[in-house]
Amino acid sequence: MSTLAEVTGQLGTIGYGLAAIGPGVGIGLIFAAYINSSARQPESANFTRTWMLVGFAIIEALALFGLVLAFALK
Amino acid sequence: MTIVLADPPCKGDNGFCAPGTDSFMFKPLVEWEWLNIHFQITKITILVWISVVLLIVLLLAAVRNPKIVPERGQWMAESVYGLVRNNIAEDMIGHEGLRFAPYLATLFCFILVTNIWGIIPVAQISPNAHIAYPAFLAIISWLMFNIVGIRKHGAKKYFGDILFMPGVPKVMYILLTPIEFISTLIVRPITLAVRLFANMFAGHLLLLVFTLGTTYLLSVHNFSKIFALPSFLMTILLTFFELFIEILQAYVFVVLTASYLQGALAEEH
Repeated sequence: MSTLAEVTGQLGTIGYGLAAIGPGVGIGLIFAAYINSSARQPESANFTRTWMLVGFAIIEALALFGLVLAFALK
Repeated sequence: MTIVLADPPCKGDNGFCAPGTDSFMFKPLVEWEWLNIHFQITKITILVWISVVLLIVLLLAAVRNPKIVPERGQWMAESVYGLVRNNIAEDMIGHEGLRFAPYLATLFCFILVTNIWGIIPVAQISPNAHIAYPAFLAIISWLMFNIVGIRKHGAKKYFGDILFMPGVPKVMYILLTPIEFISTLIVRPITLAVRLFANMFAGHLLLLVFTLGTTYLLSVHNFSKIFALPSFLMTILLTFFELFIEILQAYVFVVLTASYLQGALAEEH
């Protein structure tokens, strides 16, 4: 069977781009929520910072999975 | 029809060589075989040894002659320990968390020092950019929060609370039990390890892209040469960004370990 269409090159790059959409939105939401809450109640800023960073780290892991897989599944 | 998305790196001519996983492999300085295991001493191993020696020497020097009004070294060691003890161990786990403060502080210092190698000239790579180190640290944290939870509640109640969350309608267990099992016992250590690894890996790649970009752009013989300067400036900018990420990742690893410990110690987790 002859090949009709073929895609070559580093497809992982496109995969990583797609994988970064969700975490991008998520990280935006996390920081927006933190800024909102600390603007409304500045004294809570210290307490919420830790949880903001935890949430940020959890979301960021998703984007980084994409990055690692882009290299791993070359 | 063939769609070429990107040229494969290094086509033989003197095109731009994109950095890849090869950039993380180092020539072994010493290698030997023992029990069919291939041992290698590479730059990474040496960096870890240096970090451990550095930490032991600096911390011992800081506390060897403690004063009530601390000097610079003692003050720095105390503020790092104070950050972990008060802001992480005590705030997140509660009073019970104080007994984990030494471990968390050790973890924080080790990850911080090994991470910072990523931007120190000559070293320029973090040992955590190899999955082995983050994976081992994550395994220690995973064993720790499970053992702590089992010792506090007993294995039956501990795993029972994880798998069958109290206060949920029984029908929901069909959905919740697999999710809880996977997220608590499998995904936690993996994300812990991959987060640290991937951050250091991506950081090293980012710096490489711009440093290699600078040297490549300097070598071309047309007007593109002028773009070497922005590329070089990006390298400097990203070095500072990397410093921020390295400190943040050390903090995040410790905070997440503390939050898992807190979950294991809580009455209803």
